[in-house]
Amino acid sequence: MQTSPSAETPTEAPATAGFPLVSQGEGAKIAARDVNVFYGDKQALRNIALDIKANEVTSFIGPSGCGKSTFLRCLNRMNDIIDGCRVTGTINLDEEDIYHRRIDVVQLRARIGMVFQKPNPFPKSIYENVAYGPRIHGLARNKTDLDEIVHTSLERAGLLGEVKDRMDQPGTGLSGGQQQRLCIARAIAVNPEVILMDEPCSALDPIATAKIEELIDELRQNYTIVIVTHSMQQAARVSQRTAFFHLGNLVECNDTEQIFTNPQHKLTQGYITGRFG
Amino acid sequence: MVARDANGHTVRSFEEELNQLTNIIVRMGGLAEAQLAGAIQAIVRRDSDLAARMVAGDARIDEMEQEVHSFTVRLLALRQPLADDLRAIVGALKISAELERIGDYAANVAKRALVLNQNPPVKPVAGIPQMGRLVQEIVNDVLDAYVERDVEKAMAVWRRDEEVDELHTSLFRELVTYMMEDPRNITPSTHLMFIAKNIERIGDHATNIAETIHFLVEGKSLTQRRPKGRDATQYRPTQED
Repeated sequence: MQTSPSAETPTEAPATAGFPLVSQGEGAKIAARDVNVFYGDKQALRNIALDIKANEVTSFIGPSGCGKSTFLRCLNRMNDIIDGCRVTGTINLDEEDIYHRRIDVVQLRARIGMVFQKPNPFPKSIYENVAYGPRIHGLARNKTDLDEIVHTSLERAGLLGEVKDRMDQPGTGLSGGQQQRLCIARAIAVNPEVILMDEPCSALDPIATAKIEELIDELRQNYTIVIVTHSMQQAARVSQRTAFFHLGNLVECNDTEQIFTNPQHKLTQGYITGRFG
Repeated sequence: MVARDANGHTVRSFEEELNQLTNIIVRMGGLAEAQLAGAIQAIVRRDSDLAARMVAGDARIDEMEQEVHSFTVRLLALRQPLADDLRAIVGALKISAELERIGDYAANVAKRALVLNQNPPVKPVAGIPQMGRLVQEIVNDVLDAYVERDVEKAMAVWRRDEEVDELHTSLFRELVTYMMEDPRNITPSTHLMFIAKNIERIGDHATNIAETIHFLVEGKSLTQRRPKGRDATQYRPTQED
């Protein structure tokens, strides 16, 4: 992994200083240290140090452009495909550097799945949407295995009941909320350890949102979940830990309850109470 | 008049609503304070008209508590407040309940003043205004602390309640002595004892408000135990009394 030239090293002290961090390994599924991200000359993230605990939902909040989605994309190397984007520092998944040369990015993204803001099912049948991942990753030995995986994934995503009679219909024909659950089923079909969600409910109505939130709470048993959200209420409802980003700095990361009742940092308080100015 | 962050809310109407909530509490507190002052005056001056007005005046405080209730429920539902805003709203709800109780106790003092005024005066009546003044000061200070969001001032109130307890206990002792001297003193002395108890309870509610201010500002509950004065519950007359 490349290191940043000293000229671009930020002069400010890391914003994370002084906040309690779980030391790496202590229940941390993902541990990020000194993460800096540059888009060309522009620095998008500064010295991020953050631990994401296993089987917990961690939410990232902050105003637009604060770097929360950028950081989320660092966690499964989605930034690799962006021209001019450079990531420095270390991000470990189970104490293994995900930016190491030997890491196979395709394998990595199977371990760390992602769900996007807009539901983006493949223009294929519902069955094929879910079967695609396990097939390319060779997770099924035969048709029976594959059927089993598709079935279980749809069930876990809370969608099976609604689609079991029309598995051969196109995934794009489902409602927005169903499409998003199909994308979650697709993500969990390859048996990931971590699921990243980038504003997964922002295109959904309140009922579909509630279903996704309920699903997130259930999925937490088996997966580590990181969610970027613009809805403070959503962060409060679904997550156990909340990290607040501002202008590329991680300002505060703490138990969600603490963040929303008694944040320690003025900036966090200003943001969540809506008196940023 | 309200000390809040210089950095106002982006949604100005919410800022105004929070100020409005604080203002209702402050007005309610002012009224409770006036009720207590009036009730004590009614005893000192043996003024039954004033006492009757104080008894009737409690209804207004009850109304204001209802006003705070519906206002806070509305704010919680419509604004989904967080952090210090959330604490300000929950705090206002709690303080309004304390003030409502203070109003009730003041009304009770006034009711007993009406009865006392029908009997010849009893000597220790002098201890009541002294205790009353102290508690009025405490209530006044705690309301100032609320407006200014001043934890130090609130904690000073919280500690001062000890003085009230002490005064209450000595008044209790004195009244028992009068009752032993002459059974005709029993009725007025018993009323005075309840009056003293009511005033002492007002002091306790003021300390509850102080604790709420601590929560409001600091974001956590006060864990220390309040210093307690000599307690009348432990009192029993001896030969020397």
